[in-house]
Amino acid sequence: MARAPHPTPFPATRGEGAIGPIASPSRFIDFWRAFAQSRGAVTGFAVVALLIALALGADSIAPYPPNEQYRDFTLVPPFWHDGGSLRFPLGTDAVGRDILSRLIHGTRLSLLIGTISVALSLTLGTLLGLLAGYVRGVVDVAILRLMDVMLALPSLLLAIAVVAILGPGLINAMYAIAIVLLPHYVRLARAAVLAEAGREYVTSSRIAGAGAWRLMFATILPNCTAPLIVQATLGFSNAILDAAALGFLGLGAQPPTPEWGAMLASALEFIQRAPWVVTLPGLAILVTVLAFNLVGDGLRDALDPKLRRT
Amino acid sequence: MALVEIRDLHVDFGAPSRPLPAVDGVDLDIEAGEIVGIVGESGSGKSMTALALMGLVDAPGRVRAAHLAFAGRDLRSLAPRARARLAGGEMAMIFQDPQASLDPCYTVGYQLDEAIRLHGIAAERVNRATRRERAVALLAEVEIADPAARLHAYPHQLSGGMAQRVMIAGAIAGRPTLLIADEPTTALDVTVQAQVLALLARLRREHAMAILLITHDLPVVAQTADRVLVMYAGQVMETGRVPAIFESPRHPYTRALLDAIPEHNVDRARLRTIPGVVPGIADRPAGCLLGPRCAFFVERCATQRPALRDVDPARSVRCHFPLT
Amino acid sequence: MTPNLPLLEAHDLAKHYRAPGAGFRARGVVRALDGVSFSLCAGRTLAVVGESGCGKSTLARQVTMVETPTAGKLCIDGRDVGADAAYRAQLRPQIQMVFQNPFASLNPRRTAGQLLEEPLAIQRRGNRTERRDAAFAMLARVGLRPEHYGRYPHMFSGGQRQRIAIARALMLRPRLVVADEPVSALDVSIQAQVLNLLMDLQQAFGVAYLFIAHNLSVVRHIADDVLVMYRGRIVEQGTKHDLFAHPQHPYTQALFASTPRLHADRVLHQVRAAAPSSFAPRSSPL
Repeated sequence: MARAPHPTPFPATRGEGAIGPIASPSRFIDFWRAFAQSRGAVTGFAVVALLIALALGADSIAPYPPNEQYRDFTLVPPFWHDGGSLRFPLGTDAVGRDILSRLIHGTRLSLLIGTISVALSLTLGTLLGLLAGYVRGVVDVAILRLMDVMLALPSLLLAIAVVAILGPGLINAMYAIAIVLLPHYVRLARAAVLAEAGREYVTSSRIAGAGAWRLMFATILPNCTAPLIVQATLGFSNAILDAAALGFLGLGAQPPTPEWGAMLASALEFIQRAPWVVTLPGLAILVTVLAFNLVGDGLRDALDPKLRRT
Repeated sequence: MALVEIRDLHVDFGAPSRPLPAVDGVDLDIEAGEIVGIVGESGSGKSMTALALMGLVDAPGRVRAAHLAFAGRDLRSLAPRARARLAGGEMAMIFQDPQASLDPCYTVGYQLDEAIRLHGIAAERVNRATRRERAVALLAEVEIADPAARLHAYPHQLSGGMAQRVMIAGAIAGRPTLLIADEPTTALDVTVQAQVLALLARLRREHAMAILLITHDLPVVAQTADRVLVMYAGQVMETGRVPAIFESPRHPYTRALLDAIPEHNVDRARLRTIPGVVPGIADRPAGCLLGPRCAFFVERCATQRPALRDVDPARSVRCHFPLT
Repeated sequence: MTPNLPLLEAHDLAKHYRAPGAGFRARGVVRALDGVSFSLCAGRTLAVVGESGCGKSTLARQVTMVETPTAGKLCIDGRDVGADAAYRAQLRPQIQMVFQNPFASLNPRRTAGQLLEEPLAIQRRGNRTERRDAAFAMLARVGLRPEHYGRYPHMFSGGQRQRIAIARALMLRPRLVVADEPVSALDVSIQAQVLNLLMDLQQAFGVAYLFIAHNLSVVRHIADDVLVMYRGRIVEQGTKHDLFAHPQHPYTQALFASTPRLHADRVLHQVRAAAPSSFAPRSSPL
């Protein structure tokens, strides 16, 4: 039997009570769970972590100084071949430098190149893209056309041209690579800004009185970071490859710097006699680039659904 | 034998060991030529019920039912191809946002042509000319002016109302005996909404086509449907004939929904509301689903979930204490 | 009661957009707003009713000064806002907006607390502690709890997000809030809660509403005065009572006639035809 209704237990404006959506403990844990779903991504991440550890601890981990020449032990094969020994686990090169130590120190260089080139490119590219996407009009057209010109040139040629102007060397190679990567970030940032600038929360901030700078950097930019992060990770591997190419051409790192591309270049003549001098740096490049690509893919998959959810 | 017979339909998500019920034991009958409305708020499971009937629930959703029959055929024992053939043919569905449901890259004529090729009768499918003729006839049927010219239009060139009519044209190309309309007018302006509802009613009249109308808009259902199911959090709370169910609701939720409509609060400064929110799929109470929000809550409601019982020949209620 | 000087007055407000022409052909002009005049007094609710394409969203952008008019003028407290950029900047905090889509109108990267404090930070009001206290106070006002302060928008339901949007709009204590279909995307029971909230807040803060809606029964409940718009023009305006009792313009009458009502004559419901179905089962094999 129904009883007479008692007065509504909650005042109407009390709002949703105990029954509400489950709160996540933190966005980072959310993100990590999504990222960890891909085994490739986690493997890539582990390898990257290992590389960072190697780079940071190179001085203590590497058995020998990278540029120390052991004239009595030139072209020693790796320990699993005849004639090799655990004294030089991965063998030595033509002037007797331990390859393992050179590879480990090379990690430091490659990561440095990647970080600096990408950081330069990302910062400048995001800035330009933000300006182009927000201000529109003449500024937009000018920036885009400039980027189009840069994209029209083959990237390696452009890098070579820059290095030719600035002079060979690792630092200049980094600038060259940063310039080559720039248009990609500009276009990506611009596209993201265009998509976000029309959204209602941006209008809401504008109505609250936000000026152009605050709108660009505090409101719109944080919502555009996902594609940029992914591109940055993938750009890392691009940078390492480009640096290796420049090094191979003799325009990047100069001897005796243990940069992997330069190591490849100086060892080409030994490809028949002592293949390990060429193969091992090549493998190092391969593994590093692959690891960063896997991380980049994993990041994209982890960040996208989150975006779609909002 | 009803056109559609559903007994104890469940659609579960999540792990099999801990299923999350989107649809939790729904019974539904639709007679030939009848308009049945399913009314509910978000999370009620109304759209999921329709998708389960059409066979459109993808993994990780799992559908099971004691009985799921269309025109006498058991849908669960049909081969997948035969089941897929039904969709768009004898059983068709239209959705809420017509712009999202039409392919933006192809003209109206192309998309209708596709529908006719798949579901038209042999005489219509002979060649392009016959298909075109049928497409023009379909557009005229849904009251689109100058149908021959419209065949060349792209979806983005159509207004919301026209796009919805094109969707309906595509849906009736297969001469369905059942048309499922999932919130067909929610995205439309009110004058266009009236026209589309009138169109659906006319199609029902002329072709004795049954319609399953799913909406959250009570007045729409009150004006169009013969019978209504009120769903909440995956279960049916009340079923009954229109207008009786709205004139004398027996379930507290139906009554509370009616009380919350601005139309029924003309004399009051503040609208009557239902406190709280619909429980999420993982938060369903053990007892009556409405319990924590119900004005008539007692201890029994917390521990025992009521079953759907007939209180009248044409009325069933899921409540321990139906309203009088 | 002192006679109210209109808070807001629009005189022949017009906004035309250039439609891109094809190739080198002359561009067309879209008359989104075509000479609109009305006034709104403090603390009252003016509802704007119309269907898509009538110009109500353009009107919202004009009133919140996001865009400038092509012609006509908008006066706040008797002063023309078009002429004076400084006056506009000064007025900004006094006119705020609530949007239709609760899922797009909150910055996904900000917590509820940050969203509420942002307008205060932009306008440089109060120090950190004061802003925090104000945010907590407003959260309570709109029926949310203190623990909601640190949560991100995607953790809230549609109704809760709309409450946050309303709270944010009121942080600057505006005198006018433009509400663009604030309840259209919400379920019936949540709609009722949010409408009650809007009315309570109007009582508490004395804020005026420009309430844009297409649902006439909602308008009937919340409005004092009503504007009916069609294709950029006002076709009818008046007090709620007058308009609903005696709609004059054919378009207004058409709107009323089309609105589905729970207990109206069942115009659309016809006796089921006894005629055989033209969709009879196919006898010929496919």
